Amino acid sequence: MAISEAVGQRPFVRAPRRGVATRLLEDERWLAAALLLPTVVLLGLFIAYPFIEGVLLSVTDTKVGIPGHFVALQNFIALWHDSIFGTAVWNTFVYTAVATVFKLALGLWLALLLNRHFRGKAFTRAFILLPFIIPTVLSTFAWKWMFDPTFSVINWSLFQLGLIHGRINWLGDPNLALISVIIVNVWRGVPFFAISLLAGLQTINPELQEAAAIDGARPWQRFWHVTWPLLLPVTMVVVLFSVIQTFADFQLVYVLTGGGPANATQLFATYAYQVGVGTGLLSEGAAISLAMFPFLLIVVVVQLLYIRRVEVH
Amino acid sequence: MIEGAKWRRWVYFYIPLGGFVFWLLFPFYWMLVTSIRPDRELYRPWMAPNYTPFWTAHPTLVHIMDLLTETLFTRWMLNTLFIAIVSTVISLFCGVFAGYALSRLKFPFAGSLGAGIFITYLVPQTLLFIPLADIIRNFHLGDTPWALILTYPTFLIPFCTWLLMGYFKAIPRELEECARIDGATRWKAMLYIIIPIAVPGIMSAGIFAFTLSWNEFIYALVFLSSAEQKTVSVGVTSELVRGDVFYWGQLMAGALLGSIPVAFIYSFFVEHYVAGLTGSVKG
Amino acid sequence: MARVLIRNLNKMYDDFHAVKDVNLEIRDKEFLVLVGPSGCGKTTTLRMVAGLETITSGQVLIGDTVVNDLAPMDRDIAMVFQNYALYPHMSVYDNMAFGLKMRKVERAEIRKRVQDAADILGIRDYLARKPRQLSGGQRQRVALGRAIVRHPQVFLFDEPLSNLDAKLRVQMRVELKKLHTRLNTTAIYVTHDQVEAMTLGDRVVVMRGGLVQQVGEPLELYNAPVNRFVAGFIGSPAMNFAPVRVSNGKDGLRADNPGFGIDVPAEIRPRLQPYAGRDVIMGIRPEDLQLANGSYPPGLCFDAMVEVVEKLGPEILLDLQVGEQTMVAAVEPNVRAKRGDKLRFALRPERLHFFDTSSEAAI
Repeated sequence: MAISEAVGQRPFVRAPRRGVATRLLEDERWLAAALLLPTVVLLGLFIAYPFIEGVLLSVTDTKVGIPGHFVALQNFIALWHDSIFGTAVWNTFVYTAVATVFKLALGLWLALLLNRHFRGKAFTRAFILLPFIIPTVLSTFAWKWMFDPTFSVINWSLFQLGLIHGRINWLGDPNLALISVIIVNVWRGVPFFAISLLAGLQTINPELQEAAAIDGARPWQRFWHVTWPLLLPVTMVVVLFSVIQTFADFQLVYVLTGGGPANATQLFATYAYQVGVGTGLLSEGAAISLAMFPFLLIVVVVQLLYIRRVEVH
Repeated sequence: MIEGAKWRRWVYFYIPLGGFVFWLLFPFYWMLVTSIRPDRELYRPWMAPNYTPFWTAHPTLVHIMDLLTETLFTRWMLNTLFIAIVSTVISLFCGVFAGYALSRLKFPFAGSLGAGIFITYLVPQTLLFIPLADIIRNFHLGDTPWALILTYPTFLIPFCTWLLMGYFKAIPRELEECARIDGATRWKAMLYIIIPIAVPGIMSAGIFAFTLSWNEFIYALVFLSSAEQKTVSVGVTSELVRGDVFYWGQLMAGALLGSIPVAFIYSFFVEHYVAGLTGSVKG
Repeated sequence: MARVLIRNLNKMYDDFHAVKDVNLEIRDKEFLVLVGPSGCGKTTTLRMVAGLETITSGQVLIGDTVVNDLAPMDRDIAMVFQNYALYPHMSVYDNMAFGLKMRKVERAEIRKRVQDAADILGIRDYLARKPRQLSGGQRQRVALGRAIVRHPQVFLFDEPLSNLDAKLRVQMRVELKKLHTRLNTTAIYVTHDQVEAMTLGDRVVVMRGGLVQQVGEPLELYNAPVNRFVAGFIGSPAMNFAPVRVSNGKDGLRADNPGFGIDVPAEIRPRLQPYAGRDVIMGIRPEDLQLANGSYPPGLCFDAMVEVVEKLGPEILLDLQVGEQTMVAAVEPNVRAKRGDKLRFALRPERLHFFDTSSEAAI
């Protein structure tokens, strides 16, 4: 047989000489360095560097076209006394908290509904993600049109159903504006929560539910004692992403109200834009943006610790 | 399982599900109807007696035509397409390599680098946009698509890396070892064996990245100024509003057409998209 | 000359000393088996020969070349993995051709080698299929084929049969043996299954805790184990061990245990004499415990009670209670015994083993 003859006669061949590059890349550490280089450069240049620049900007008094001088914490002190900033902070927290609670509750409900088998399930699941897929700005415009006090289809429907008697100025009424914005944010976020939680639900062994049912647990109890604890890790991660995105939200408010009326919907991001880009006060704008950071950090750290604890169990 | 009578099924399941679907999809229907509704119907106050919101008896394509011929809409679409594709390619390139390195190679500081990349994912664009605008100006990239093509990867790469790490980790170590014994260098083993196996993950990451690029707003708003350079989101927002007048017909047509590419890709790759979404959450 | 020389090989993982000073010479064309329980260092040793693990100290030579610093692809070896490690996105043909493509062998030569190997292994019909379309046994053959086409100097096997079901394993064992005879190439084979080791190996290396316990031909390990571990590891069912006290009796040495006592046979007496007055461990294989009939001297017999009867077909296993000691005897299938019976057993004198209590070395 050809093989045994071939093997028997051939002497052990000396290893071929390899180029320096090839040999270097065989080393795990050099290969890793080469592979990570583009990423590190891009992220360093466009995240780390701007972050530092942002900090530097915030401690000067730069305006557009006019270089600034070092002013230490003057900008931050000014913000502390700025009532609009205070409103923006309050709004952002309310916006984030309320929207997240609703997104979680409704998303969970939808996920539980989708977790059954029914005709058209795949279709439904695909369509449901649309609010999340379509560019936010574009779908927000649809809502803006739906909210327009003169032409609102929502007003018309509510009127027809006999629930209201006059016009509702969804975006122009300072008392209603934040609620309207929250509605749109929730609308946009429910699909993300629903699909992610659905995926989490599908990893839960159905036998656990069945065992609990045999043990005598009612649906609500089954959910609370079996499903919810097992869903917690996924839930925490989803909530973490959502909170960060919502806290730093810009597009929705920019399109719907621009921050008004009378700063009723002013958020960190929109205020920073208004001050930094709108009026050209770059340093103060940077300070507002940066002010987000400690809050975000606390939220992130708290959630990460919670996730770590949940996963350990 | 909802045991029991049919009415229970309706109350607890069909009605809520129907409610959700209606609520989530109605705005798109509204977009569609508004785009084909003639102006005289469009600007009819809701209190007027012949307000027919849910359909129109005289559908018209005039808004869509005006949008395509009188505005720079097509140019915006091309800009956005170009930027989204190139950013996605760059991010996938970096993400595949970074994901591979972090999940399959042992080297010092691997843990911290992985954590660092995760942390950058959590830094929102609204935190960096002001200093970044400055940097972009200094690099003379302002008002060019490159301002976006180079900055979008900052939020696309961490996502792609993280997603792909999950896919890479699932590939057995022995495949690479066997390839290396067979005669491949580490580099070739990665290229010929590991990456082809991870193609579904790469597709998910790519589709997700494309969607995220298409959807981005604040960087596009701040870094681009001239009308020809704008992306769809920014163009629709700034150019279709003249003075204080909103041209709703064109606006909704723009919103509709601007959503089509993403919805189109989505419809072909739903599974990949969902996999990308859930993969990023399960991490 | 494709012999493999392992000199003073050590592997440390942080504080864990996984492979301790291993010295082995694998002769050209030899089929050497490394066997031992999980964690004994056999796989780590193999992987160091392959180049998949770095060597902490010591040398590995293939032929006359020190390969410590050579990348796996430059060592002219081929490896078959436990999980087959077939590239799932490639057809069987491409799987087998991959290594040759990497080495820039011409297409015609690749085709010839792949087809030859496929013929030997009987997988010619599957060349276009993907791994997921194959059964476990077929996948294993493809993994073998992939190794064969490379015409390496040394074959390395990492528990290749462990993932197959019992029947298939037996079948593949025979085929592997035939394949090796045909290929006539040096092979190093790692397994935890002592049956595989005994049937496949020209020589067997028993490892434990990173150390080589014994190297020898299978029957050597079976008949003359150098320590208690090897004695208990090789052979199934495992050897019976009982602590006994050696003492000077009226006719010679005696080895006694609360449950039984025997006269130490004459051939063993000189070796055991220094242990008079001390405890040692006695070992006797189940197949060497026979039902006593008149032909055995009474000094080598003892009584035992039957606890469990296991009828296997070709033999019967009796689980015995001897005083406080449990033992297993493997007897002829025509023996009639039931639970609770008290029977008399005899040891074959030439099959007795004794081990030092503290060092566990054979006496």
